[in-house]
Amino acid sequence: MQWETVIGLEIHAQLATRSKIFSGASTAFGAEPNTQACNVDLGLPGVLPVLNREAVRMAVRFGVAIEAELGRRSVFARKNYFYPDLPKGYQISQFELPVVGRGQVEILQDDGTAKTIGVTRAHLEEDAGKSLHEDFHGLTGIDLNRAGTPLLEIVSEPDMRSAREAVAYARKIHQVVRYLGICDGNMQEGSFRMDANVSVRPYGDELGTRAELKNLNSFRFLEKAINFEVERQIDRLESGAEVVQETRLYDADKDETRSMRSKEEANDYRYFPDPDLLPVELDDSFIASAVKDMPELPDAKRQRFGQEYGLTAYDAQLLTGSEALADYFESAAREAGDPKLAANWTNGAVSAALNKGGLDITSSPVTASMLGVMLKRIVDGTISGKIAKQVFEGMWSGDGTADEVIEAKGLKQITDGGAIEKIVADVIAANPRQVENYLAAEAAKQQKMLGFFVGQVMKQSRGKANPRQVNELLTKKLRG
Amino acid sequence: MHNKSIAQLSASLRGGEFSSTELVRHYLERIKNLDERLNCFVTVAGDQALQAAEMADQRLREGNAGPLTGIPIAHKDIFCTSGVKTSCGSRMLDNFVSPYDATVVERLQNAGAVMLGKTNMDEFAMGSSNETSYYGPVHNPWDTDRVPGGSSGGSAAAVASRLCSGATGTDTGGSIRQPAALCGITGMKPTYGRVSRYGMIAFASSLDQGGPLTRSAEDAAHLLQAMVGFDHRDSTSADEPVPDYSATLDEDLRGLRIGLPKEYFDEGLDSGVGDAVMAAVDEYRKMGAEVVDTTLPNTGLAVPTYYVVAPAECSSNLSRFDGARFGYRCDDPDSLEDMYVRSRGEGFGPEVKRRILIGTYALSAGYYDAYYLKAQQTRHLISDDFKQAFDKVDVIMGPTSPTTAFAIGERSNDPVTMYLSDIYTIAVNLAGLPGISVPTDLVGGKPAGLQIIGNYFQEAKLLNVAHRLQQVTDWHLAVPEGF
Repeated sequence: MQWETVIGLEIHAQLATRSKIFSGASTAFGAEPNTQACNVDLGLPGVLPVLNREAVRMAVRFGVAIEAELGRRSVFARKNYFYPDLPKGYQISQFELPVVGRGQVEILQDDGTAKTIGVTRAHLEEDAGKSLHEDFHGLTGIDLNRAGTPLLEIVSEPDMRSAREAVAYARKIHQVVRYLGICDGNMQEGSFRMDANVSVRPYGDELGTRAELKNLNSFRFLEKAINFEVERQIDRLESGAEVVQETRLYDADKDETRSMRSKEEANDYRYFPDPDLLPVELDDSFIASAVKDMPELPDAKRQRFGQEYGLTAYDAQLLTGSEALADYFESAAREAGDPKLAANWTNGAVSAALNKGGLDITSSPVTASMLGVMLKRIVDGTISGKIAKQVFEGMWSGDGTADEVIEAKGLKQITDGGAIEKIVADVIAANPRQVENYLAAEAAKQQKMLGFFVGQVMKQSRGKANPRQVNELLTKKLRG
Repeated sequence: MHNKSIAQLSASLRGGEFSSTELVRHYLERIKNLDERLNCFVTVAGDQALQAAEMADQRLREGNAGPLTGIPIAHKDIFCTSGVKTSCGSRMLDNFVSPYDATVVERLQNAGAVMLGKTNMDEFAMGSSNETSYYGPVHNPWDTDRVPGGSSGGSAAAVASRLCSGATGTDTGGSIRQPAALCGITGMKPTYGRVSRYGMIAFASSLDQGGPLTRSAEDAAHLLQAMVGFDHRDSTSADEPVPDYSATLDEDLRGLRIGLPKEYFDEGLDSGVGDAVMAAVDEYRKMGAEVVDTTLPNTGLAVPTYYVVAPAECSSNLSRFDGARFGYRCDDPDSLEDMYVRSRGEGFGPEVKRRILIGTYALSAGYYDAYYLKAQQTRHLISDDFKQAFDKVDVIMGPTSPTTAFAIGERSNDPVTMYLSDIYTIAVNLAGLPGISVPTDLVGGKPAGLQIIGNYFQEAKLLNVAHRLQQVTDWHLAVPEGF
């Protein structure tokens, strides 16, 4: 049987507000436990929530970015359940009337074509605190610093058909929220969390029973967890068993998902409108002010990079991965005067070095302008592309600007015809047998054999000889 | 001293007739001597009161006293007070000392009022007789075998027995007005949103409203003035201008249109109470008011609507009392669930549990539409009744409660009969309107109340109407024997 995978994602993006969604306490990460939880966050008797307008503004920006219908009147509701890190015994969320309604994003599939993924809704809610099960000798510690942190829960349609599509969608949402400056996207700190609803069905059939996968705190784990889960479900169905509707936890160490709770154990959350909060009415002026300084979004930027700079779709896609990377590329390209060269270097050497060092583009030791100047030196013939790698390494390890590194290491390209001619003559003189072979060979083969002489000349010039000149001179002399 | 009105006390303090310290000592002495028979107070904060009185005296001497400087009042034990226990009448919060002051507490303090202590109440304000308190029932000073009403029964009995000059209360379905009526004092529930709910432990958030309990409408105007106003910490607080409530107390009532809803004078009403209410209405006729028959056709829906909405909200509001962070925690829980089950099982009394169960049921999947949603619809019908009535009348009058005070124990095992004692007050909360109860003439030696209901933010009008009655009658001056 041919099985079709159906995936929907729920993404919790922590909004980058300075204070919490219903209190004035700070949202900064990493403080001592319970030092950033005020009376409201602690759920003390008598306290009341007051909505942070900034969180609404951020949600509106997201809604506009994904071309969604905005909920002109949205309502906060209480989701009731007991848990020690949920101080009030209910979470304030949105249920029937979310702030962001139906929208969509485009993802690029492996074959380079675009696919539209529907976003069902996005709603505002408060985060819970954290339960700490270690270090308390059989007891549980509660840290309420995170309680009340604003979240935007982004719910997709079940439009994805593979783990790779799910990852592409998640990356897209991640990209959009970071472009908008509404979420720092930090997965280690839990600022961007993904749950996946996964089911399989025979092609064209009704939707199968789904499992909800939790604890997917990287794109890689998202992909692996879905792939594991799809196989697990297919195995069950093919062996005549059923898939149970349940919540499953992904264990990255064992690379497997395991059951957390079944539908029967699920809570009845008894949602009802929170009487402590008024409905949120979005008027035109609020929306206008929220989107006033909207940045150029990834899709628009990608298209512009293709048109303006003549980049391939692949390069443009990579370079628009984050706004910071795109800015880096653009300023390097401007400095160098050669966008394609800047794109190759940004996606190549720069990305590789960042990955190796575990760094972000914003903390790159080689700034965009440094890279741009180096590229300019390639363009104006001061150095060759090959030598540029040494220059780049020098800049990366803190030896200074491109010009300083070129100067200090004497990497300037030899373009003096006389100097090159001398080396060429030396090489020819030192390799009589190869010259003989060369001259005896057919024209097509000669071209190939030329490489040996070029290599020797470059070696003697320590890579600095202008390769074009070397080629020309060698051909001339050998045939000489 | 203790028979003086707030205005008189304020004048005496300013005139140096006695100091706030002397006044506070006097009230503390009365509490010490008399409260044993009444059980009005959960906590008497004598030391703090005397300290506050000293500061008040200093301000009085310096001539920068506020309107209530040095005036001894009591707070219902539902308002959070930093440093003084806030129990909400429950074992659950018997050990709870709030780290912050409720807005109402803060504002009265800023106006100079001195808090004598915290008054007894039905547990989490759930009750109409003050019998559900963890600290035992409050006794009605007019007859100590009878209930004072509830849930602000401690505040009402304390004011009636002059153990304080005035007190705060909260009213979710009649919890200020009904005990005011049963204890023979004046009690006002303002428009929903007029008084901040911040720091007032929530029972039913969409209905709860704080207000004053005093011996006269004039005193109520003084206390209310200090309590009201927009509070950014309460999203449901009204950003409406605050009038000077004392300034309009004496306004003439000629031409005032009084609506008497026929539903408030049906067979459930005790005939003596009905007669007393009509005698009060006659006084208004004499003052030139016009009495109009009116109708609130959906009155019968009020109690059933209320007993879905209020428990639904309370079931969620009381979830935070889980033994995890504050309040009662059972001994040696062996698991998380055990901690929840026993802490809540042992910490809450039966009426609270009953309402949590009703509310949880009403919000459950499959029942939500039939109960909670339906109740929201009937709530609209009830509001519309008033809207239509106020097209033709300025105020609505009727009895506050269908009977005078009943005996302690008489209704405590019959919740439905108990719930019906709020039949005339509940609709006002559902509609969010202001209402005031003022004493009528005694009925068989016991107090009864005239309820006056106004349109939104018409507190000044209600106080004016109530005050005029108290100028032509002395019903509000009657005091219970022995106190």
